[in-house]
Amino acid sequence: MTVLADRPVIHEHEHEHHEGPSGILKWLTSTDHKLIGMNYMVTSVIMFFLAGLMALALRTQLASPDSSFLSFQQYNALFTMHGSLMLYLFAGPFAFGGLANYILPLQVGAPDMAFPRLNALSYWLYLSGSITMLLGFLVAGGGAAFGWVAYAPLSTVQFAPGSAPDLWILGIALTGFSAIFTGVNLVTTTFYLRAPGMTMFRLPIFTWNMLVTAILILIAFPILTAAMVLLFADRHFGTHIYSTAGGGSPLLYQNLFWFFGHPEVYILALPYFGIVSDVIPVFSRKPLFGYKGMVFATMSIAALSTGVWAHHMFTTGAVLLPFFSLLSLLIAVPTGIKFFNWIGTMWRGQLIFTTPMLFCIGFLFAFLMGGLTGIMLASPPIDFATHDTYFVVAHFHQVLFGTAVYAGFAGLYYWYPKFFGRMYREWMGKWHFWLLTIGFWVTFMPQYVLGLWGMPRRVASYPANLGWQTLNVISTIGAYVIGISFVFFLVNLWVSWRKPVPAGDNPWDAHTLEWFATSPPVHHNFERLPPIRSERPVWDYHHPDARTIEHGSAHTNGNGHGHLAGADAGVGAEPGDKA
Amino acid sequence: MRVEALFLLGVAAFFGLVGIVYWFWSYDGTTSGGTMMLIGTTLLGFVPGSYYLWWSHRMKPRPEDRPDATMEDGAGVIGSFPASSIWPFVLGMGLFLMVLSMVFGLWLIAPGASLVVSAAIGVTVESRRGGTI
Repeated sequence: MTVLADRPVIHEHEHEHHEGPSGILKWLTSTDHKLIGMNYMVTSVIMFFLAGLMALALRTQLASPDSSFLSFQQYNALFTMHGSLMLYLFAGPFAFGGLANYILPLQVGAPDMAFPRLNALSYWLYLSGSITMLLGFLVAGGGAAFGWVAYAPLSTVQFAPGSAPDLWILGIALTGFSAIFTGVNLVTTTFYLRAPGMTMFRLPIFTWNMLVTAILILIAFPILTAAMVLLFADRHFGTHIYSTAGGGSPLLYQNLFWFFGHPEVYILALPYFGIVSDVIPVFSRKPLFGYKGMVFATMSIAALSTGVWAHHMFTTGAVLLPFFSLLSLLIAVPTGIKFFNWIGTMWRGQLIFTTPMLFCIGFLFAFLMGGLTGIMLASPPIDFATHDTYFVVAHFHQVLFGTAVYAGFAGLYYWYPKFFGRMYREWMGKWHFWLLTIGFWVTFMPQYVLGLWGMPRRVASYPANLGWQTLNVISTIGAYVIGISFVFFLVNLWVSWRKPVPAGDNPWDAHTLEWFATSPPVHHNFERLPPIRSERPVWDYHHPDARTIEHGSAHTNGNGHGHLAGADAGVGAEPGDKA
Repeated sequence: MRVEALFLLGVAAFFGLVGIVYWFWSYDGTTSGGTMMLIGTTLLGFVPGSYYLWWSHRMKPRPEDRPDATMEDGAGVIGSFPASSIWPFVLGMGLFLMVLSMVFGLWLIAPGASLVVSAAIGVTVESRRGGTI
């Protein structure tokens, strides 16, 4: 039945009962953004665990020199699929397909996504693409083995025969379409389905970041899909787009891939910045410091990220070094603004160290380390020395682990009460955090040193006489500690499923609209909505005696909370602005 | 509407500027792929952005654009949302089979294409009569 969704609050009429199918048919036919979002989250977390197990196999191989735990072909296939699963099938879809799908309509006060059937199609394409990619392990030859970047000519049919590379390419194309459709949906929902009073500059930062991410998706993913179609044509239809034999250029593949690939890094990062920006104010008991500065920093990061693709190609000698180096270094500025604002939010706040908050703080440290080494790599002289070594591996793992894992699981713990209406066990969440943190630093810090000693990435073995074994063993131990930490996560889910502790609608006393809905939200989300007069409508509603802090308001005094009045003072806030 | 329009036009302005700089700086004919991608991205922001800006001058601010709007201002039907539909699944599986046909044999195109066509018909019929599966 097509449902005409009414604005809530006006009629207190009996909410129409949603008589849909149930069981497996419900799963197959649902167009509810909450169910689709949950499907996305479950699928992508499964992909995360699969890719994590592959990483453990890789680290086991590297724990001893000249190891024969895996054959070289298996090792190549495993690191390819580890990267592909993590980047294409976990980090992106978990954020924009899972969390954003579930949370964004709730945060803007919408009954559903703008195009619910398109949304369902996105999920089915994502699932099909994931299965297509994993089928590569089952066909003869066993898994694509050209790295997650699939550089031509290594990915051409001479060097990567068999059907596993084809399945990999087609899987990327399918998930690419899924991402594009989700991007369209997110932009339209944000532009057209906001609740009255929810102006653009009252959107929660998570929604803002998802909007910017969606634009990046629309810029980047069509190019990836085009690059994959051309690669497929090169492999099977006799074109020579990426081979010099027919007048083509292998460098074109690198240009196309990284024009996608670098925005992709920020497609994987911005949603998670959004999560952190939503979680930190709630557990600091303050509004976000520098709301507008945060929004414009997000936009600048996104804008710059599309102009830096060739910094992955410095060593090809065929790119404009000063242009790409300058833009890459510039990204540090808006990212620094974000760090400043996050710390400014915590400054003199009443910090509450719940699991999501701990994960956010873990994110700050991890991303800081990854970001600082990124600034080093943006400078061509350093990049020439460390290109394709473990230094780069450690750098991007710290960046992506900081965002997708630390901030991603912060979001998962933060919204868990909203998803299921029940609490997780706090002590297990903390065990998860501390083990993860120990494992994380123990795994990746030695890799920086290994990289500086010259250990190249993507090698299955190394000679014993180079003295690399000790650090590799330490790194492997760290990887296993990370693996063990996720046992606490799974047990936590299981315990809260067997012995539920009701959470209530707003267990965190949080700020944004999703906490006004019931837990879990009803069909079409809201029975009623609070008046929206600031970027924290739910806080205003539950604390009527506290002053509403509006953007652009002339009243910046008389605020007894000790936080900055006039949050739009942003990064340029003078000390004198403090009430 | 105006903020949305300016947001998209900002995308266009940035990439237009970067595109021009890149075009001149890299002008030797071998890296024109980058220039083309930047032109495409400029249009991505410019086309919808200018359309929104054109509209924002011709319509009253929507309730979600006004900071003082109340819930009553936005009363009424928001839109129609299909409650449940099998066709996205059918369409997805049809595309899945068509993609797999390139690896496992072209005969898979037949069931794949028939699923895609039936999904297209199904969605159209469903939208017209407002029904579901």
